[in-house]
Formats: sequence, structure tokens, C-alpha cells
Amino acid sequence: MALQPYASPVEKAWYWFLRIFCALVLLFLMLPVLVIIPLSFNGGSFLTYPLDGFSLRWYQEIFDPQGPWLAALKNSLIVAPFATLLSMVLGTLAAVGLNRADFPGKGLILALLISPMVVPLVIVAVGMYFFFAQVGLLNSYSGLILAHTVLGVPFVVITVNATLQGFDFNQMRAGASLGADPLTVFFKVVLPQILPGVASGGLFAFATSFDEVVVALFIASPAERTLPIQMFSGIRENISPAIAAMASIMIALAVLLLLVMEILRRRSERLKGEAAVS
Amino acid sequence: MPRVMSATATEEVTGRALKKQLRQAERLKKIKALALVLPLVIFLLLVFVQPISTMLARSVDNSELMEVMPQTAAAISDWTGEGLPSEAVMAAFAEELQTSRRGGGLGRVGRRLNYEDPGFRGLLMRTLRRLPDEPAAAWQTVLPELDPAWGETSTWQAIQRAASPTTDRYWLAAVDRERSSSGEVQPVAEEQQVYLSVFERTLVIAGSVTLLCLLLGFPLAYLLATLPTGTSNLLMIFVLLPFWTSLLVRTASWIVLLQTGGVINGGLMGLGLIDEPLQLVFNRFGVLVAMVHILLPFMILPLYSVMKGISPSYQRAAISLGCHPFAAFWKVYVPQTISGVAAGTLLVFIMALGYYITPALVGGASDQMVSYYVAYYTNTTNNWGMAAALGSLLLVVTLVLYLVYHRLVNQQQLARS
Repeated sequence: MALQPYASPVEKAWYWFLRIFCALVLLFLMLPVLVIIPLSFNGGSFLTYPLDGFSLRWYQEIFDPQGPWLAALKNSLIVAPFATLLSMVLGTLAAVGLNRADFPGKGLILALLISPMVVPLVIVAVGMYFFFAQVGLLNSYSGLILAHTVLGVPFVVITVNATLQGFDFNQMRAGASLGADPLTVFFKVVLPQILPGVASGGLFAFATSFDEVVVALFIASPAERTLPIQMFSGIRENISPAIAAMASIMIALAVLLLLVMEILRRRSERLKGEAAVS
Repeated sequence: MPRVMSATATEEVTGRALKKQLRQAERLKKIKALALVLPLVIFLLLVFVQPISTMLARSVDNSELMEVMPQTAAAISDWTGEGLPSEAVMAAFAEELQTSRRGGGLGRVGRRLNYEDPGFRGLLMRTLRRLPDEPAAAWQTVLPELDPAWGETSTWQAIQRAASPTTDRYWLAAVDRERSSSGEVQPVAEEQQVYLSVFERTLVIAGSVTLLCLLLGFPLAYLLATLPTGTSNLLMIFVLLPFWTSLLVRTASWIVLLQTGGVINGGLMGLGLIDEPLQLVFNRFGVLVAMVHILLPFMILPLYSVMKGISPSYQRAAISLGCHPFAAFWKVYVPQTISGVAAGTLLVFIMALGYYITPALVGGASDQMVSYYVAYYTNTTNNWGMAAALGSLLLVVTLVLYLVYHRLVNQQQLARS
């Protein structure tokens, strides 16, 4: 969409208007991410510019072994990996099953598997609050892990489903005819090819669990207080530079997630390209 | 001849056997596939569908009185609702009022009856303190002497309403309706009407956010889709990094940016554009800014993927045939993006409807959406029936929209094929 040399003045004006408008939208998207990082190194205790000298005191506060932040981080690091693992196993199995054969009610089943993404979080939270109270899962790590698995699993189903669109299931038959049992076929033939989908779904599930406040607020007690809950109450009570420090760490995590996703995307494209060539 | 015949016969037999085998193999394949899906289906039925059903059941649940005062509930259900209930009803009530003191049942019944009339819990406590073990006369004369409220038909009608196994009062209350003493549905008093305006506000906020996302997202997606791949991939990072950044981080950032002593006010005052700080956060403006920021990638990504697949040739053809470039854009390009626009707007709208955290942090009291009230009734006032009814209504609205979305997408696919 390069500007043609014969473009009329009106077209030129539109060309530049579109670019300036988009630059402003991109600035709007990036501003909150960029503005909070310098504030985390502020020497003073206010979240304003100009900065009051450079200091790492807010990072010290976060990594204080007696402080609330480290405990919350620990809880999140207990819950998120288990929820991710469970989502990946259940979601991958289901996606493979959905693509393996046609059976009645497939559309309905897919709608059910995706629905946790659509239902408002507060409804999931209230429902689980009532239900977990009845079955004794309230205020427990296992309850939180199960809840976050529900929220993460649709991402795995969707991404693995997408990777399986070009998958040739005859390869499974070929593997079986060469004497491999179904489990070996899955791990040696299917999994390596759908791995980018499984992994990116897992990343989505991890990010969901690591950023989930609403359900955790309802079903967790202070003992299972996760990082997002700690951030939420921090923002609500008194927004201090310690929050900016934690936010900067989480932005670093987002950069990492973005990088890994990009690597996975390239890998998946390469796999598809190879399949097309062969 | 017989040899040939027998050969075809064998062929027929093996053919039939093969078909049968094939059918069996196909069925086995289906069963195996289903077996792979089943664990997740069962998991979701247990941990997702069951909890939501529990909530739906709560929204019509009226079991408090039946569980704490079973005999009163059974006896009063036969009452016609005129005059005063029979001696049997009153005797059962007096006895069960005594027994309900043990085991915390009285608190539950008191809370339930308070929804009928805010003074009911006090009435129960007062009556219980003066209640004799053995009545001097019939309970029908003793109870009204203890408190004149027991001589009024409306008091007993309230108990009767609380004695049925299910109730529609929470659902009616969620749309600002109630039942009159004669049982007809009527609007609640004007000063008590809350929820319809909360639902309206929720729709208005979600609608504004969706519209703003479309206005900001469409041009950006268009530019990204038409730029060379290298440049657009680079600019895509600006969309994807906020997308991967925690919602709480972004909300906190907006507070830092927008608050009275914040970065934007500081900048504007430093430039001399304003003399005193503007109120940019803890109001509707702040809610819209933060929500648009969080939901914008969900608009851009589907638009981008649709626009990426649109060939520029059609637009060029239209222009070469004498169409004005703007008309070509509007009449040739935009219609091809409709599926992306529909997907993006419905996705953003559905997500915005259920928002709770962002309005709670950057909004004022008059910017809270339905989710806030669901959370409030669950955690703060323990009015679970009300929380469940509001939540159920929100769920119904969301699912209807989701269905529309599905229909829309399917129809487009049909039209294309």
C-alpha cells in the first residue's frame, strides 16, 4: 500500500492521516506498558514523574522473604503449573479425539469445551463458590487448580485443534502397521507434530492462571492468596511503587511469553512447510 | 458352471463380511475417538456445568423455612391466605420457633423473612423472648397479644410465600419487579428500582467499549494487513505485548497515568494547557479508557486475520473501472471485512459484558456493572438468591449473544460455500 507517485492531494492526506492515527493507537496500546517500568526504580514513594532518584528499594520490598509478595508468588507458582499441565493433557486428548472421527453431537461437544471462555468470570466464580463449599474444595489449592484448569482448557483445545487441521491421521495407521502400540504412535508420531499447538495452548493456560483474580477472590482463603489477588488488593488499598516493581516483573514475563509464542509459531509454520514440500 | 457360481457366492460372502468388518472398524474408531474426548467432557460437567447449575438452582431456592420449620411450612401451605391461619399452623410455628433457636436455623429463617419485610428478624427475636412454653389460651389469641404483627394477615402471607420450595422473587427483583400481597407482579417502588438501570449501564458501557474498539482497531488492522510483512510483524509486537501483559498491570498503569497527580495531568499542566488537574479516573472516562485498552487486541486480531486474506485486486479493479478510491474502499473492501467485524465486535461485547475487576478498580460507584453486584451480594451481604438471579440473567444474555455469534459465523460459511 505504498503511496503512488500519481496520488492526488486528497489521497496523500488520507495516507498520512491513516499513518498518524495508527501511530497514536499504537502509542495508546504501549503507553501503560512503558510508563510503569521507570517508576518501579523511583527513589521516592510516589508514582509520579519526575523520578526522585534511582533506587531498587521497591524490588527489595517485593523479594522480602517475610513480605506478602513472595508468598503470593509462591502460591501462584504452585497453582499455575498444575492447572497448565492438567489443561494440556485433557485439552490435547479431547482435540485429538474430536479430529479423529465424526460422531454425533460433535458440534455440541465443541461448544461445551469452549464455553468457559464465554461465560462471565463472576458467574463461574459464584457457581464454584457455592459448589466447592458443598464438596469441601473451598479454600484449597486443589480447588484453585481445578478452577484454573477449567478456564485454561479451552485455549489448549482451540490451539491443538488448529494444528490438527492439516494433520494426516493415516500416519497413525502407518505407525500401527509397523508394530507400534497406540501410546508409542502418539508420543513418537503425533505429539512431535502437534507440539507447537500444545505448547502455545499451555502458555495461554499458564498466562490465564497467572492473571486470574475473580475466581480466586471467591474460592481462595488468605493462605492461598495468589499473585493477582495480592496485586488487586494492593491497587485497591494503596497503590505504591512496589506495585510498579511487581508490574515490571510481570511485563518482563509477558515479553518472555511473547518470544516463546513467536518461536512456536515459526516452528509450526516450518513443520507445515515441510509437510507441504514432502 | 457350478464352479463359477460358487466362486461368486464366496465373493459375495467375503464382500459382505468385509463390509461388516469395515463397519465394525469404523464404529470402533468412533468409540476410540469419543473415549479421548470423554475425560474432558466429564471434567467440565463436574467442575464447570455442575457449579453453574448450582447457581441457577440457588436463584429460585426457597428452602430456608422448609428446612428449619418443616411442620409450619407444611401446615401453612393449605391456608387460603385470608384472615388468619388455623390454630394448627400457629401451634406448629410457635413450637418450631422455639426449636429453631438451636443450630442456627433461626438466623437463616430471619434473613429469608427479612427479604419479605425488613423488620421480620426483629419480630421473630422479640416474639421468641416473650414466648411461653405452654400457652395460657389458644395460640391464635396468644401470639397477637405478644406482638400485634401476628394478628395481621400480611405477616402470615409473608411466611406462606417463604414456605414454598421455590420462589421467583429473586428473578423478579433482578428486573425491579415484586409480587403484591395479592400475588400479582408489579414494579417495585421507584426509589428501590436499581437493577434495570444496572443492566442498562452494563449494556451501554459494553456497547461504547465495543464501538471505540472498532473505531480504533479497524484502521490499525487495515494498515497492518496492507504493510509489508516485515514491518507489520514488527508493529504487531505493539499489539501483542499489551495483550500478553497482565490485566492488573495494565489497570494499575492506567491509574498511575490518569490519577490527579498522575503522568497525564502532570504533563498537561506542565505544558500549560490546563490550570488544575482533570478528573480522569474513578469515573466513566477511566473505565472506558482502561477497558478499551484491554479489549482492543481482541478486536484487532480477528480483523487482521480476515483483512490479511483479502486480495487488493478487487479494489484496484473497481478503481480502474472508474470508481472513486473512497467509494471503492467502502463498497468493495469493507463488505469483505464484515465477517471479521462481526467476530471482533461480538467477541469484545461479550467479554465486556462480564467485566468486574477493571470497573471495580478504575470506576466510581455509578460505573459498576452487573458482575459487581453479583460479587457484592455473594461476599458482602450473603444474599445468595439475589446474587444467583442477577448472575443467571447475565448468563442468559451472554449465551443468547454467543448463539447469535455462532449463527452469524455459520451462515457466513454457508453463504461462502
